[in-house]
Amino acid sequence: MSHALNKSFVHRQSAHCESGVVSAMMTHHGIPMTEPMAFGLASALTFAYIPFVKMAGMPLIAYRMPPGAIIRAMQKRMGVKIVRQKFRDPKAGMAALDEQLAQGRIVGLQTCVYWLPYFPEPMRFHFNAHNMIVYGKEGDEYLVSDPVFEGPVRCPAAALEKARFAKGAMAAKGLMYYPTQMPSSLEHAKLIPDAVRRNCRTMSYAPVPIVGIKGIRYLANNVVKLGRKNDPSLNLYLSHIVRMQEEIGTGGAGFRFIYASYLQESAKLLGNHLLADASKQMTAAGDEWRRFALQSAKMVRGRTEMNVETLAGILNTCADKEAAMWRSLRVV
Amino acid sequence: MDLGSVPQDTSPTYGGQRKLLYAVDENGNYTGVQSQGWEPETQATLTAVAELDRLRDDAWRRAAAGQTSALEFHMFDRRMEFDTLAATTGLWRWRIRRHFDPRRFAKLSTALLARYADAMGITVEQLRSVPPLPKE
Repeated sequence: MSHALNKSFVHRQSAHCESGVVSAMMTHHGIPMTEPMAFGLASALTFAYIPFVKMAGMPLIAYRMPPGAIIRAMQKRMGVKIVRQKFRDPKAGMAALDEQLAQGRIVGLQTCVYWLPYFPEPMRFHFNAHNMIVYGKEGDEYLVSDPVFEGPVRCPAAALEKARFAKGAMAAKGLMYYPTQMPSSLEHAKLIPDAVRRNCRTMSYAPVPIVGIKGIRYLANNVVKLGRKNDPSLNLYLSHIVRMQEEIGTGGAGFRFIYASYLQESAKLLGNHLLADASKQMTAAGDEWRRFALQSAKMVRGRTEMNVETLAGILNTCADKEAAMWRSLRVV
Repeated sequence: MDLGSVPQDTSPTYGGQRKLLYAVDENGNYTGVQSQGWEPETQATLTAVAELDRLRDDAWRRAAAGQTSALEFHMFDRRMEFDTLAATTGLWRWRIRRHFDPRRFAKLSTALLARYADAMGITVEQLRSVPPLPKE
């Protein structure tokens, strides 16, 4: 098979790959959904600072739940039946993809960013959990709706195979997924409060000090510690935080603005003023995160004098603001 | 973030693309808005890239001086480090470290070289030597 195309599929740009794929799939299959709604219903917001898991020598800093959480939520919370397949043999994985495309399906894939030739060179890092939708094939090229791009892109078959079957941490093993059965509608009045409560738990009551509000304060302490030691890696470390917060699809401020948008949409749907207030508070917290990125960039550049206490202060303000917001949502 | 403060600092790291951010319009409503880049983010990305380039160039110099094997250069050249290479090849870290010895590396079997080459997406021929000068 060398030609297949789903004509009705419409590409829509998103901030984040996984919430983009899920909202596009839901919309395509008859349940219109915004990206923030897909993100929020999955309770995907978090903060985690994991010093013992290193990525290129730097600690893992996450502003959202681990890859796969939003897809799982589509299955478990929204009641969509999904087929998820992994493959040992790359050729079999590509053949299975072709087969689904031939049937006119749109297919979700997990891939490694480094091997995708349509990514700008400076963005190509070894990150194994990038999601995309394939909606057709023309000759030797796949028609790809990569949610973080402005328009649809194309990817040669060999490159896509490499990207699907790259090994290493969080290896995709060729993962592909597509819905087979959709719910008739979504019961927002129940789903939204449930999702908010679940998210409140991970942010406010995590049993470990490196997750949630406590995790943000832990990060603040670490910045101070590194600064006091005059550690030469301080600049790299601060740049790393900013990258995790802003680069490759967070919608700004480490997903805080996406979540604020979700809260606002939910407030309108349910006529709930608590959620509307919370959205404003979350926006303010996001603005504070942006201020942190700006200040730390200035200090790294030497435009302002390096002052780790100031940076830690901003981070603690982020923690305070988010803590207050979640407290206000306890009774939702 | 207000719509008006969405940064448009054209970023070389976006390759002409624009990214989607979420911001609040004048009526207080959230909306998606495209951004051409933000200076602090660009700087952070370029810092990460520069660090990998520095490691690569350093490995190139040591390889040229016979202090390390071509393997270490290619590892950094493909934007990998130790952990990534170990994970993608499925080899133990201490084994890879031994292969940084130029004499041992020269004696590696083609099968093992092919395993490295495949993980890096280059040919065995390319893997065996370092290019005349670092790229760029």
